[in-house]
Amino acid sequence: MEKQSEVVLFGTWSSSYCTRMKLALKLKGIPYEYVEEDLSNKSHLLIHYNPVHKKVPVLLHNGKAIAESLVILEYIDEQWNHAPKLLPEDPYERAKVRFWANFYDQKYKPSTYRFMTSKGKEQEIAIEDSYEVLKVFEEGIEKNFPRKSPLILNGDMFTLGFLDIVVGSSACNYKAVNEAVGVAQDPKKNPAFWSWMIAMKECPLMKETLPPHDRLVAKIRSIFSHPSA
Amino acid sequence: MDRSGAWPSAFCYRVLWALNLKSLKYEYLEEDLANKTDLLLQYNPVYKKVPVLVHGGKPISESLVILEYIEETWPQNPLLPQDPYDRAMARFWAKFGDDKDSEEPSFMAIFIIVGEEQEKAAKEAKEQLKILEEQALGEKKFFCGNRIGLTDIALGWIAGWLDVIEEAAGLNLLEAESFLRLHAWIQRFKEVPGIKEQLPDRHEMLIYYKQKREMFIAS
Repeated sequence: MEKQSEVVLFGTWSSSYCTRMKLALKLKGIPYEYVEEDLSNKSHLLIHYNPVHKKVPVLLHNGKAIAESLVILEYIDEQWNHAPKLLPEDPYERAKVRFWANFYDQKYKPSTYRFMTSKGKEQEIAIEDSYEVLKVFEEGIEKNFPRKSPLILNGDMFTLGFLDIVVGSSACNYKAVNEAVGVAQDPKKNPAFWSWMIAMKECPLMKETLPPHDRLVAKIRSIFSHPSA
Repeated sequence: MDRSGAWPSAFCYRVLWALNLKSLKYEYLEEDLANKTDLLLQYNPVYKKVPVLVHGGKPISESLVILEYIEETWPQNPLLPQDPYDRAMARFWAKFGDDKDSEEPSFMAIFIIVGEEQEKAAKEAKEQLKILEEQALGEKKFFCGNRIGLTDIALGWIAGWLDVIEEAAGLNLLEAESFLRLHAWIQRFKEVPGIKEQLPDRHEMLIYYKQKREMFIAS
């Protein structure tokens, strides 16, 4: 068993990348100390541990720091390689998970930021565009993961896997996003995706780890109406 | 096992180098990116790009994803260290310098812009190289330690492409006097069997990139 202070997570409560880390650590039963960062006033420790990007999340384990959420997730799975595993065993399955995790981060997430930061006609176009991107993602998941959801079976229980963590950490906040931005993402456009999100939201671990709704609504409003902040 | 590639994509070379280092046999299919084959579109419907590795009929795209697949499927001559922390560092630095939006090193940006903007981009590029030299490489022989590894392969564009792009764009970022360690690494990297025989022809590359540069300036 790790001592409390051996694992430290630097994060911010509203960052979905940080939520990923909490989900993974909790899934693996790893006790950790959490340090909340104020991104407008970053701590010396954060800058010391992530001098290259100066961003959260940063995971500190036995004094050694790791940055970049996807790199950290792989680290967690390898360092504490007991069940539940985050990544599947088979190399080809792992390649598929990594590919779609990258797609989600590099293609879908930016498309959501675009509709969150635009208004009027521009926003309408941006939101349509995000449906298209999500459609590609959804079809990719359907085609590549036979159970239509990468939720991993560990014994008799479905637990969250790598892709669930990557995707759910942000997409499960859809209610807060819709409310904050004043837009309703049409669930009929990507029904398989949204039913996966709804199912994940009910998972107790997800429920307790996602940021609180009202606070998140307020936070999103403040970030996206003042993008220069 | 097939590999679809398009000369002179640095990211395609990543895969070739990994296959060579593991002494794996493969068939190479050159793609004309202006005229993509049905096969490529079938194997990479999402991005329609190279490189794509096909193994036993199963396609994998994205060079770094392919590298991890190769490493996990053929464990001989490991490209990643054993220790999880060292592996995390290898992965972190492998991604550094990749443009998030495309399968290109972010340095390609300096190539397609001119004037003041280019100066600014050049300055940023130099800073990134400094970080790589000081924090990623340090005093090590290779980015991954004493032996060539995944990070070296991922950053191989510095060894084979950067100076050509610099010359085509009329810049000198990786000055020998300012980047002693990186230059030493470049020499070492190019001598490794598996890399040595698989480096693009510099002369041909220069022609190619100079032409591209002309096109960008003209547009």
